[in-house]
Amino acid sequence: MTATTHIPVAKRRLKWGKVLDHSILVLGSLFMLVPLLMLLQTTTTTDIETIRNGPEFVIGTRIDDNFRAAMFTSSGFSGENTGLRMLMNSLILGIGFALGKIIIGMMAAYALVYFRLRFATFAFWLIFTTLLLPLEVRILPSYEIAQMLGLLNTYTGLILPLIASATATFFFRQFFRSVPEELVEAARIDGAGPIKFFIDILVPLSKTMIAAMFIIMFVFGWNQYLWPTMVTTDEGMYTLVRGIKQLTQDLEGTSIPEYGRANMLALIAMLPPVLVVIIFQSWFVKGLTESDK
Amino acid sequence: MAQVSLNNIRKVYPNGFEAVAPLSFDISDGEFVVLVGPSGCGKSTLLRMVAGLEDITEGALSIGERNVNHVDPAERDIAMVFQNYALYPHMTVRKNIGYGLKNRKIASAEIEAKVQVAAKMLNLVDYLDRKPSQLSGGQRQRVAMGRAVVRDPALFLFDEPLSNLDAKLRHQMRIEIKALQRRLGVTSIYVTHDQVEAMTMADRIIVLNEGRIEQIGTPAEIYHRPASTFVASFMGAPPMNLIRAQGRDGRVMVGDVTLADGHASGAVTMGIRPEDIEVGAGCDIPFTVDIVEELGAHRLLHGQLEGQDFTIHVAKDVAISAGPTRMKINPEAVMLFDAETGLAL
Repeated sequence: MTATTHIPVAKRRLKWGKVLDHSILVLGSLFMLVPLLMLLQTTTTTDIETIRNGPEFVIGTRIDDNFRAAMFTSSGFSGENTGLRMLMNSLILGIGFALGKIIIGMMAAYALVYFRLRFATFAFWLIFTTLLLPLEVRILPSYEIAQMLGLLNTYTGLILPLIASATATFFFRQFFRSVPEELVEAARIDGAGPIKFFIDILVPLSKTMIAAMFIIMFVFGWNQYLWPTMVTTDEGMYTLVRGIKQLTQDLEGTSIPEYGRANMLALIAMLPPVLVVIIFQSWFVKGLTESDK
Repeated sequence: MAQVSLNNIRKVYPNGFEAVAPLSFDISDGEFVVLVGPSGCGKSTLLRMVAGLEDITEGALSIGERNVNHVDPAERDIAMVFQNYALYPHMTVRKNIGYGLKNRKIASAEIEAKVQVAAKMLNLVDYLDRKPSQLSGGQRQRVAMGRAVVRDPALFLFDEPLSNLDAKLRHQMRIEIKALQRRLGVTSIYVTHDQVEAMTMADRIIVLNEGRIEQIGTPAEIYHRPASTFVASFMGAPPMNLIRAQGRDGRVMVGDVTLADGHASGAVTMGIRPEDIEVGAGCDIPFTVDIVEELGAHRLLHGQLEGQDFTIHVAKDVAISAGPTRMKINPEAVMLFDAETGLAL
């Protein structure tokens, strides 16, 4: 080839379409981030300054005081609902909620997929339709039962009525159906009974699915508000989400609202879900790329 | 080590489909039997019934003189190698091989020793700590074999174990499996749709079609004396030539051409293997070559005999090109089949 092809050097021209695209993205990001930054800012100043000056672009020095107030000062009468206590309650709820849903969902899906049940499909759809009936619909009977069983103001009462999960059952069912039939047969010949097959083979294979479910369910459980409000009247059982509400109620009174403390608590309430997403996501991606069924 | 006996085994699925018609055969101790047939012929179903993965509708199955109709797969003293290997993806090779032993509550030191022996036998020692996803197809197949070997079972079952491998590897694994089975002397049932595997590996072949046994015999019997046109056309590549012919006056004719001597009258199907035909000097049957297929070691001539498709296998030094020629049929290799039923006469 002797002919020289002339490759035109592309001039970088300003494309207005691109500018528009980026402006929309930047505006969107700001819309999401500015409230967060404002919240961060208020946790560093005193409440008086916040009231007098409104949100500023100055980072104050009171972060330490606000943190201590949020974590260790009780806002109730009993002195039990400190931030630390509420954080613990929220963690118990979030983890218990997620694990409970995963265990129940996995076992239900296992029964539906691997055992010759009569009306298995019907049972599945019955479970599936409960997605249309959220907690709010059954809250009175659920409360009644929890109360009769003496579960008010207990962790069991907080978690147990919430863990039956159509979502988890659905996802695990779909996943189990994709596990090759031959694996089950090989395990049968290898002498693994139903329980052994579940524990030795199905659970390890579902690692990535469990991680994904844990992310979703932990955040979902963490953010529960209505049910914890119903079943816990004892201040020592309050969760963070509920505690923040308690603090902001001060706005209605005559005393100076505790902006710094409340926002600090909100910030703390945000961290565990964020951490769970970050930790499990890397694990999730790793599992997805490495494993093959 | 055990003999296996199937007595009027039948499989009917709940939807009424009869996958396996009542059939019986015995397998002697240490024998390598291959079940071969086209897809849907019931060979896999039959194997899965022997394994206990599928219920037996009717009949009696015994392994080592013990009736196992209602015995759990794990208790039948069998090991099975699956088409897709069915390795546990999250376990290392060592754990994959040892899992069956672990479930039988064997001490871990003993498991380790047995796994080592199996791994050595199958050249897997360097791969014991790898996961199945880090192995090639052939290595995975060896792990699946190792899982079977380590248990020292009475019966090996193979369900198309080589169909996921490429041609070269398949050839190699074929020899390895056969050699291993010889060495261990374990009774084996091997299912395949590949007639080459069946021919090369089997002590005895069972040809199945539509849930029925077409023929049971050694590879040589099946190849040279097929019991029906189905077996004749299924076994061998290229398959046996089957010519619609007429029996007249002790001769088999197609049109006005005499093909061979034969005591048949009326319509018959004449079968002749492509390699039992000669072309060249001294031949008298007219034949038209359409295509010469060059295979290196030999050539295949595809053409027409009185308007019917016909293939001839010739040595590599027979120079021939498309066009009319003449051929000669080896009279001893001629098979005659009933034109209606397809059964050998």
